[in-house]
Amino acid sequence: MMKVGVWEAFFLVVRRELALSFRRPDQLLQPLVFFLIVTTLFPLGLSVQLSLLRDMAPGVLWVAALLSSLLSLDALFKSDADDGTLEQLALSGQGLQVIVMAKTLAHWLVSGAALVLVSPLVGTALAIPEAAFGTMMLSLSLGTLTLSWLGAIGAGLTVGLKRGNVLLSLIVLPLAMPLLIFGAGATDRAISGTSAAGALYLLAALCVLTCTLAPFAATAALRITLE
Amino acid sequence: MWTWFYKLASPPYVFGVAAALTPWFAALAALAIGYGTVAGLVFAPPDYQQGDAFRIIYVHAPAAWLSLFAYTTMAVAGGIGLIWRIKMGHAVAAATAPIGASFTLLALVTGSLWGRPMWGTYWAWDPRLTSELILLFLYVGVMSLRPAFEDPARGDRAAALLSIVGVVNVPIIHYSVLWWNSLHQGATVAKIGKPAMPGSMLWPLLSMLLGFMLFYGAVLCIRVRGEVLNRERQATWVREAVKS
Amino acid sequence: MMSAFWSMGGYARYVWPCFGFAGAVLIWNLWSACGYLAAARMRAVRALAMGAGENV
Repeated sequence: MMKVGVWEAFFLVVRRELALSFRRPDQLLQPLVFFLIVTTLFPLGLSVQLSLLRDMAPGVLWVAALLSSLLSLDALFKSDADDGTLEQLALSGQGLQVIVMAKTLAHWLVSGAALVLVSPLVGTALAIPEAAFGTMMLSLSLGTLTLSWLGAIGAGLTVGLKRGNVLLSLIVLPLAMPLLIFGAGATDRAISGTSAAGALYLLAALCVLTCTLAPFAATAALRITLE
Repeated sequence: MWTWFYKLASPPYVFGVAAALTPWFAALAALAIGYGTVAGLVFAPPDYQQGDAFRIIYVHAPAAWLSLFAYTTMAVAGGIGLIWRIKMGHAVAAATAPIGASFTLLALVTGSLWGRPMWGTYWAWDPRLTSELILLFLYVGVMSLRPAFEDPARGDRAAALLSIVGVVNVPIIHYSVLWWNSLHQGATVAKIGKPAMPGSMLWPLLSMLLGFMLFYGAVLCIRVRGEVLNRERQATWVREAVKS
Repeated sequence: MMSAFWSMGGYARYVWPCFGFAGAVLIWNLWSACGYLAAARMRAVRALAMGAGENV
């Protein structure tokens, strides 16, 4: 019997998740398209004046990123829970933690990281100056990673529930509010030219806190669901 | 020494103790709140800067304090239920949630009404107000998650986990006025030994604080008995308890 | 002198609704908790009545 090491198992699961995601490219693109559409709604609904757009750009960007991340979070554990794969993975002898971390990382790669890559496009549409793009993308990277982890906790708690996705949003959004405040704050400061360092540090601190503690919470949540 | 702790794990014991404590909590709460209200509205002198509007503190500060205390209780009780599998922990957590949420709402509303004359606005997105609003959302999340599960025991555990995750917000609310430049004023009473308030204003406030806590105790005991009955419906001791 | 009390130095429309809402919250808590206990009691009695037919 082949003994699989922890890192091997980790990368195996990540590869599996990525392979599964790319097999359904439409599922991959939908949250991104949603992101683009939502960011379009705000200028249409509020104002098309460039100066006003620039003012509300950080908030719009971040709210849209939050909402589109939520869309894809529902699927984090759902399909595996439905066909029993999740239970098999839990019984596999590798810690459930490793599996959860791998799944969450894979989820971030296809949703959060994709968002970050698309963000310059959205930034241009919202009249964000190019000088602020660096901070914008850095803050979005940290923020979406944190969000993936918070979402993993929520997804672990709500997988298998009727109308679980509504509950998921209800649970995750309040936890994500500090994230929104610091992330939008960092981008805002970069746009106005002042130093975004403070907000970025706080964002990074939130990210580190979440990445270290959330795996335990998410794994515990899954165990409650799978029992 | 720990026997009282072990006894609290027993549903019939909790049911009995809660029943015995309720009238005491209620009576003492009535006294404390009665004195606090009268003294706060009538005998405390008006504030130098805020005039009579400062009297709102007598309901606002206790409500805000209780909103934090109740959430922490809910998280700790849920944690006890989750870690040591003591079902009474979940009963206390479930009972505490609606009480805490109502006090959070009270804190937000009274704070808003106080803000209008003082800061000129019913609402400001400053750190303390925002994090207290987030607290309300966290309560709602926990209260929505629990009944969503078909198996009530699973619902209890999920709600407990969620409340523990959210407890991070409590110190943020408390220290927000210290960490950020905030519209909201800083700590008045917490400075031990030299509070920033004169005695005639302070005593009614402390009395209201105590009164609200005792009130919380009374209502919690009533609700916990209901939770215990709902969870232990099939047990034999319930037969005797409900006959009376 | 009483009118000075009621007008709360001009802040009456902020102070009194606060205390009123506080009273309402306290009353709601008591009423809701007692109702919860009563409903739980009734459900327990009903469960016992249904079970009484099976066990002696």
